[in-house]
Amino acid sequence: MSIWIEILVSVLLLIGGFFVLVGSIGLCRLPDIYTRLHAPTKATTVGMGAILIASMVMMSVEEGHLSVHELLITLFLLITAPITAHMLAKTALHHENRALKRTQSQQLMSNAREQLPPDANRSHE
Amino acid sequence: MSLSKWLPMPLHSLLLFIVWLLLNNTVAPGHLVLGAFLALTIPLLCAPLKTRQPKVLRPLLALRYIFRVLGDIVVANVEVAILVLGPMRKLQPAFVAVPLDLSGDLPITLLASTVSLTPGTVSAEVSEDRKWLYIHALHMTDEQGLIATVKSRYEAPLKEIFGC
Repeated sequence: MSIWIEILVSVLLLIGGFFVLVGSIGLCRLPDIYTRLHAPTKATTVGMGAILIASMVMMSVEEGHLSVHELLITLFLLITAPITAHMLAKTALHHENRALKRTQSQQLMSNAREQLPPDANRSHE
Repeated sequence: MSLSKWLPMPLHSLLLFIVWLLLNNTVAPGHLVLGAFLALTIPLLCAPLKTRQPKVLRPLLALRYIFRVLGDIVVANVEVAILVLGPMRKLQPAFVAVPLDLSGDLPITLLASTVSLTPGTVSAEVSEDRKWLYIHALHMTDEQGLIATVKSRYEAPLKEIFGC
């Protein structure tokens, strides 16, 4: 394996590692559940993307033929990440988890929970 | 026997075939045969469960849309990384209701997924009448600007792609 490939793979791994780390730091640091939801979507997109590209380059060079099944992992991640984020947000809304105090437009939360348009006055309560 | 009876979902068959080959990471003849067999029989078994979905009318635009979203993901990732590592008290999280012009479950799902994938926004809920998408933004300084971006950058192309 030539030095250039090694450098390329290392740089990709470092970028990937950095973004996954930032995702985890975000999970720790961010103040409430709604903002915490943003961290995992970060880690899976660019972070995992870079790591998987590194794996593709590495395996393709090592084994002498193009290795593409990493693309599948990317595909599955891109399909499942938004769904988990959505389900978590939905659950948090239904549990009436409090958002950070300075969150703007918090009055929308109750309408979102009932799946009502934002201008509907909730007469049934 | 018509072709549509034996091949009820041609796109799904193609996708299954490709995914099978990718999973096994090979183009060996044995896997070609097995993949083709699975790609033909699984859609046959699943055809009765099919629901009508809007067709992709502009495939080229769809391809451009995918690349635009990928580009946005990278740019927005860097922006959010800076936010996450910066001081927490500067964050201005917000809920936003975006009015939807799209119709149909598939286009709305795609829009909601795009919004969730582009960091900084997570789609939280869709109103029952499918006219509003509730978004949580990690840091919002300009509400109208955010709504306008979502509508012009993601919703408008999706509307054109599906023609709805």
